[in-house]
Order: sequence, then structure tokens, then C-alpha cells
Amino acid sequence: MPDSNNINVEFTLNGNPISIDVAPRDRLLDTLRYALDLTGAKEGCGEGECGACTVYLDGVPANSCLIPTYQVSGRAIDTIESIPADALSDMLASGATQCGACTPGVVMTACWLKRHPELLKTHTVRELMAGNLCRCTGYDGIIDGITDGCQSNYDRGNAS
Amino acid sequence: MKVLSPRSLDEACALLARDPAPRPIAGATDILVHWPDNLNAKAETETYLDISALSDLRHITREDDVLTLGALTTYWDVIQSQACRDDFPMLLDAARQVGSVQIQSRGTWAGNIVNASPAADGVPVLMAYDATVVLRSKSGEMEVRLDEFYSGYKQMQRRPDQLITAIRIPRRTYDTQIFEKVGPRRAQAISKVGLAITHSTEGWRVVAAAVAPMILRCKSVEALLESGAPVRSPDDLAQAIDQDVAPIDDIRSTREYRQRVLARLIYHDLKGVLPAFS
Ligand SMILES: Cc1cc2nc3c(=O)[nH]c(=O)nc-3n(C[C@H](O)[C@H](O)[C@H](O)COP(=O)(O)OP(=O)(O)OC[C@H]3O[C@@H](n4cnc5c(N)ncnc54)[C@H](O)[C@@H]3O)c2cc1C
Ligand code: FES
Ligand code: FES
Repeated sequence: MPDSNNINVEFTLNGNPISIDVAPRDRLLDTLRYALDLTGAKEGCGEGECGACTVYLDGVPANSCLIPTYQVSGRAIDTIESIPADALSDMLASGATQCGACTPGVVMTACWLKRHPELLKTHTVRELMAGNLCRCTGYDGIIDGITDGCQSNYDRGNAS
Repeated sequence: MKVLSPRSLDEACALLARDPAPRPIAGATDILVHWPDNLNAKAETETYLDISALSDLRHITREDDVLTLGALTTYWDVIQSQACRDDFPMLLDAARQVGSVQIQSRGTWAGNIVNASPAADGVPVLMAYDATVVLRSKSGEMEVRLDEFYSGYKQMQRRPDQLITAIRIPRRTYDTQIFEKVGPRRAQAISKVGLAITHSTEGWRVVAAAVAPMILRCKSVEALLESGAPVRSPDDLAQAIDQDVAPIDDIRSTREYRQRVLARLIYHDLKGVLPAFS
């Protein structure tokens, strides 16, 4: 049923300005997947537990299943589609993905963490990854993929 | 359903004065769980008031005698705040135990207060720091002590036409600040027992969560601590705790477990801190 109270939302999506009409009840996860054809973010639980729907809201990980789309007006959203494919290589090498259901969300949080190595002064990788559940890998592969990646970023940073 | 998006605090208060009052939405981490499947007939006709764009409400301000958290302050804002880290480390301890980064980046302290879960993690530390809640409506502003804010399960001193605009925390010098959360696992878990203890020149404050229909101060335990009476085992706390709390059996735990764990937490946390505890 069309909603008479549609709201026009303008925001930045993966670096590009976008304008779209949404219903007040639309969740960002559904807008991305079904209106914008960005199907990388997955729905696992729909209640903020699993992190399969993780996107960046103004650069910080958030669960798109808990964001009403109208709220992103004027803000920046980045999805897994914005992440370069080579960001996956450390994860692949360490066996961080099996069935793949959690992987888009895991990679989003992992890439954020790699861009903010200062967080590791106060937090462990496991604490920062606690919002991304994985039923397959037992997490060690994920943690290894991130710490290996952090190490090589660190080395690169030091070299330059 | 309908969403109202005020552009100023005055406009928000004017809209809240409507009858029935629209329901505020901030970080939406409580409201959107299972959305939209949980949009029942009532929610379909409900009107929401989105305050998330009121940027005046997103600030952490340190003054000489008080730290103010604007109503849109998130857990992640607090984790990043040097002012909070310096003076109120328990705010960071509690924030880091809320859900996950994805929840911390969205959930607000004010939302935690109004959601009024007896097992919340933000409320106990705020109460142990003697915080007050600033409530604003079209007809004016008032300030309520958080330890007098709740009167029963989800019963609180906020009228539907009032918005929390800020949380104010007096800056005192503390020699004891302890936060404990006991859950089934470390991350992404709802508390079975929560505890926040502080001691300053104003005395002891012992706040317990998930052991009563609302988060509350354990005043008999506080009186026991003030008295300096000897406490030689968790059992010596049992009587005071029994007077203060009323835990229930539910899917997460039992009455007996909650009461015993609370006694043990207090005992082991204060042993070595207080000479009366041996
Ligand atoms: C996966 C998951 C894990 C969680 N883990 C924890 C946890 O470990 N510990 C914990 O304590 N909580 C937890 N929560 C609950 C939730 O994140 C917090 O209660 C959060 O602080 C709510 O804030 P919000 O801004 O998202 O609230 P919203 O969902 O926007 O609102 C919550 C309530 O507060 C009202 N409200 C919000 N702001 C105001 C205001 N300024 N004035 C008046 N009323 C207002 C709303 O009308 C609503 O009734 C979790 C939630 C999820 C989904
Ligand atoms: S689908 Fe959003 S957290 Fe699980
Ligand atoms: S790889 Fe299957 S859930 Fe993580």
C-alpha cells in the first residue's frame, strides 16, 4: 500500500549524492537492498545482534536494520560495495570466510578498524568485532585476517 | 505511521504538546528491533517525533562543577571523550559493555533512561554518579534526580510532552568507582545482575540493576557501608540486600542467583578497599 507520508531523503551513498523517496517505516537495510539494488548488506537477525547488515554512518559502523532510512538525511552512508576487492585478501588468506553470510558485515567492521589503528590502544580486535557474529569460522580466522592486515598496514605506514 | 522531523528544540517541544504526544526517536536501537514486523495496529497509527537531527542536543560539555551530556550523546561519543575518560571512567566502562560498536555508535544515554529497562547498563553508572535529568516541554524546563526518576517498572517522572534535553553529572572527586555487569557472555548480552558503586565526600552510592522492576540505589547497603560495621563474608550483606532489592525468576536468571551474585560482587569489590571488609 503506498504510504501517503513519503519523505524525500538526500544523502551521500558511497561517495555520491543521492535523492530517494521513502516511507517513514522503511529501514535503511531494505532501502539499500530493494530500492537501490545494493544487496551486499545482509539481513541475519533484524534486531541489531548479528552485524550482517553493517554499514558506515558518517564513517562509523552501524546496523542498517536499526536505521530508519529517513534518518540518514544529510549524512554519509558507505556500504560493502564501496570497499575495494583487495581488502578481502588478508581475510581470504586466513580462512576468515566460509559460508559468507557474515562476511560483508565482518569486512565492513574489519576495514574500519584497520583505518583506525589508534583504537587498538584501548580496545582489542575481539571487542571491536563483537557485533559481527559468525556461525562458521570460530572467529580465529577473522581475527587473524585483521591482525595480519593491521600488521602489514603498520609496516607500510612505518616504511613510508 | 507518521514521522515529524522538527528543525529546532522549540519546534520539537511544540509538537510534543499535541494530544496524543508523538513518541520521540533518537538512535532507534530500542524502537526499531524487529521493525517493521512489530508494527502492530497501534504502531501503524502512531506518530513519531524524530529528534536525531537536532544537533544542539549532541554535545559533551565540561564546566567547573558539572559535566553535561546532551540528549543525543551516544555511547561511542563517551568512549571517545577525554572529559569523560578523565572524570567519569565508569561511563566508559559501561558504554563499552553495551551491545557492540554498531549499537554504541547509535544508542543514546537518554534513550537508555527513557527505555527504562531494569537491566540497562547506562542508567546504573549515571545514578551512581548522582546524575540529574533535564526535562523540557513547551511550558518550561525542570531537573529531576535520576535516583528519584523511576517509581516502578517503566514508570518514570517524564510526562509524554517532555523531552530529555540533557543529563547533568556533578563533578566530584571519587576514591571508589566500580562497575560490574554479569551476563551470559561478555559481548552483546543483557545483564543478569548489574552493579555500580561510588564513594566521594558525599558518601557511598550503591546502584543495582536487574534485581528489581527498576534500577535503584541499595540504601540499606549504603547505610551498612557508612556505618563501618564489619563484613566478613557475602552473607553479612544478605539482610541489607534483601531489604533493598526484589529480584524475579525469568528467562535470564533466578531470584536466588541474582541476590547471591549481588552480595558476592559487593563483597569482593570492596574487600581490600574498605577496612571493615575482611
Ligand atoms: C543488539 C542490541 C544490544 C543492546 N545491548 C544493550 C546493552 O548491552 N545494555 C543496554 O543498556 N542496552 C542495550 N541495548 C538497548 C539500547 O541500545 C539502549 O537502551 C539505547 O541506549 C537506547 O537509545 P536509543 O537512542 O537507540 O533509543 P531509541 O530506540 O531511539 O528510544 C528508546 C526510548 O527512549 C525514548 N527517547 C529517546 N530519546 C529521548 C529523549 N531525548 N527524550 C525523551 N524520550 C526519549 C523513545 O521514545 C523510546 O521510548 C541493546 C539494543 C540492541 C538492539
Ligand atoms: S540484520 Fe542487522 S544486526 Fe542482524
Ligand atoms: S562464514 Fe558463515 S557465518 Fe561467518
